[in-house]
Amino acid sequence: MVAGQKKVVASAPVVAVGTAGSVKLEVKDLAIAYGHQTILSGVTLSVREHEIFGIIGPANAGKTSFIKALNRMDMFTSSMRVDGKILFNGRDIHSLRNVYALRSRIGVVFPLPVGLPLSVYDNVALAPRLAGIKSKEELNVIVERCLTRAALWDEVKDRLDSLGSLLSGGQQQRLTIARALSQDPELLMLDEFSIAVDPVTTMRIEDVLKELKQEVTIILVTNLVQQARRLADRTAFFLEGRCVEVGVTEDLFTGEVQDTRTRDYVEGRFG
Amino acid sequence: MADNPVIAAVERPQAALPEEVDFDRRDPDWFIDKAVQILVFIGGISAIIFIIGIFVFISKEGAGFLFGELDIVEFFTSPRWRPTSEHNPTYGILALIAGTASVTGLAMIVAIPFSLGAAIFIAEFATGKTREFLKVLVELLAAIPSVVWGFIGLSIMNPLIIEIFDVPVGLNVLNAGVILGLMAAPIMTSIAEDALNAVPDRYREAAEAMGATRWQVTIRAVLPAAKNGLLGAVLLGVGRGFGETMAVLMATGHSINLPSSVFDSVRALTATIAAELGETAVGSDHYMALFTIGIFLFIITFIINLTADLIVRGVRKG
Amino acid sequence: MFAVTELNQRDKKVQGLCRILFMIMTGLLILPVVLILATLIYKGGSIISADFLFSEPTDGMTAGGIFPALYGTIWLVAVALLISVPLGVAAAVYLSEYAGDNWFTRVINLAIINLAGVPSIVHALFGVGAFVLFFGLGTSILAASLTLAIMTLPVVIVATRESLQAVPHAFREACWNMGATRWQTIRRVVLPNAVSGILTGVILEVSRTTGETAPIMFTGAAFFLPFLPESVFDQTMALSLHLYVVATQVPGVPDELPYGVALVLIAIVLIMNSLSIAFRMWLRGRKKW
Repeated sequence: MVAGQKKVVASAPVVAVGTAGSVKLEVKDLAIAYGHQTILSGVTLSVREHEIFGIIGPANAGKTSFIKALNRMDMFTSSMRVDGKILFNGRDIHSLRNVYALRSRIGVVFPLPVGLPLSVYDNVALAPRLAGIKSKEELNVIVERCLTRAALWDEVKDRLDSLGSLLSGGQQQRLTIARALSQDPELLMLDEFSIAVDPVTTMRIEDVLKELKQEVTIILVTNLVQQARRLADRTAFFLEGRCVEVGVTEDLFTGEVQDTRTRDYVEGRFG
Repeated sequence: MADNPVIAAVERPQAALPEEVDFDRRDPDWFIDKAVQILVFIGGISAIIFIIGIFVFISKEGAGFLFGELDIVEFFTSPRWRPTSEHNPTYGILALIAGTASVTGLAMIVAIPFSLGAAIFIAEFATGKTREFLKVLVELLAAIPSVVWGFIGLSIMNPLIIEIFDVPVGLNVLNAGVILGLMAAPIMTSIAEDALNAVPDRYREAAEAMGATRWQVTIRAVLPAAKNGLLGAVLLGVGRGFGETMAVLMATGHSINLPSSVFDSVRALTATIAAELGETAVGSDHYMALFTIGIFLFIITFIINLTADLIVRGVRKG
Repeated sequence: MFAVTELNQRDKKVQGLCRILFMIMTGLLILPVVLILATLIYKGGSIISADFLFSEPTDGMTAGGIFPALYGTIWLVAVALLISVPLGVAAAVYLSEYAGDNWFTRVINLAIINLAGVPSIVHALFGVGAFVLFFGLGTSILAASLTLAIMTLPVVIVATRESLQAVPHAFREACWNMGATRWQTIRRVVLPNAVSGILTGVILEVSRTTGETAPIMFTGAAFFLPFLPESVFDQTMALSLHLYVVATQVPGVPDELPYGVALVLIAIVLIMNSLSIAFRMWLRGRKKW
């Protein structure tokens, strides 16, 4: 593993490839099925460089599976089938020869926090180590920076040796976020991250996300429509395995919608 | 704040553009992953290779007899196992089968009630520390090596049987059967206990809700639901009895006999191989005949294990 | 109302009786073994001494110690472990981390079950046919240990697979999400958390291997040897076979000698087993996630 091969994480935050406004991720006619059960179909949308792209919708709308498909996690689930095209930086992610390199460029945070049964330090240092970074100083810098950003540093700086899997739920979620950041991803996907976190911490992380936007592209799946409103530049509304609508976030909230179901959901009539 | 290098790094807005990551370049880790996948796959199929290997090699050694000298009818129906007779060696394993069957049968008579009783007690009645303690004890009992059991049969059971039943020889079906029963019971207990534990609690709760006592719950709800697992436990016990070597070698008396009572000495299939293989010349009829017995044992235990597995798996699915 | 109470009381009585009945059955299962152990200690305890453990048998094995047998058993077990542990761990990693839920996996599982169920004397025949004759290893420690390794392979596989599967799936997914390959995930997260469970299985295997007699009778263990083995191509004495020999094959052995050998053998086996169980309980009590 050559350190220069994958992006060197330690070299301070850097602006990801491409310029603002260009297309980072393009999804064309995506369909996802588990066995014979289709849970998402006909999704076509694009995510632009350096935007926060919100995805809202009630449970079972297919949001989490969507995230999994973007990260090629279908590879590890034999029953999961993904049809359609997903282009990352213009490359079809199903045609890559080294899918691990793709995943290392995409950070994911899932709703249920997973602190790995390693020390807090090793949790955050894992991805950089996988990317070939061995220098203790570099790792120290990354660990501190990522934990700080995830609003966890102050709470764990004195016990970096304790097991990450034994932290409280909220702390584990922030550890998960720190781990995703430690990959120094080009694309960061958060799936209902605030479920396991208290409101104050949620606000702190939201502030961090706003800052991060300058460096990475963010896909934010959320069950809190107000969170999407606070953060997302554009938002997609998923419902019952369909992408109902994609638009500028503010439009969805001011009633400028193409589909009345979007307005009903945003206004809390169902969900 | 700028003095702190970390914070400075966090706040530094921009840096040089990174090199583009090559999603097509397969790095060493990719190849290591593939190599490991192949290695563990070899480990995975090793069990299949070995089981086929066992069959192939014992068949190979026994083949000359199996397809040559062997009179299959005589082999299974003659009680005369006289491989060393100079003029007219005969290879009948009926008496050996009878020996194995009688010892295994008696062992099951001893082991089934006790192991099922113990399994019910541990799974349904015992609680907390008692339960843990009994489980550990059962596990330890299952670990006692068969040669030690054989020695116990030889040196403790033998004089005991002579004294209690006033018979001339204490190495017989009774001795080996009891020894084998004691050996098989712990294993059967722990498999049967697993089967009882696999019965979902809602069965018990449903029965208890109707006012049944623990005992009624066990009889009416748990045992019927676990019957396949219990049957599997018994079958595995039978398989173990069939295949046991050292204990029956030492405790049966090792004389070729169609037993008519539990006080008769007998000789088992496994014990015959253990006792005679060392004295035969490689490739001789006698040597090949012993391997043929091995093939027979392999097939029988294979069928028993397969059946037990199917029965136990059946209950898991349901 | 009154009748119901009466019935309840009868049920309670039956309940109590059943409890006692099953307790007695459990006791009867355990009692003989306790008595037997007591007899072994009573009759063989007197002969156990450092001298017994560390000296050679003398006077045609009717006197002296058991050192060559003890030493040979250590050889046999060590070599068997060297073979079966890597193979068994690999097999378990395959089954737990790679294998899908399909017919092929079921065939492997079936093979493992049968490997554990094949009579030990059939394993011995296999050892003779394959290792001693076909691969030309002769009667040697290597041939005997290979036979033992294959026979006890299921013990390692089952224990390892269980401890691998005890590691929650979410940890693997978290690692994969970061771009870790399957192997990186296994090496950095799964194996470190399963290694103590694997060790439990290995200790259990030591105990099993130590006690096995039939598989080594014709593959590498000898009744008596005037020298100690120096390489894996030598024959050796072994504790389990030594018990068989002094108990049945040698005339004029004093009573306490075989009892002493049996006591040493059973002590090793039970200590190893207890260790494994204690270790497993300690693991269960330790919370890691």
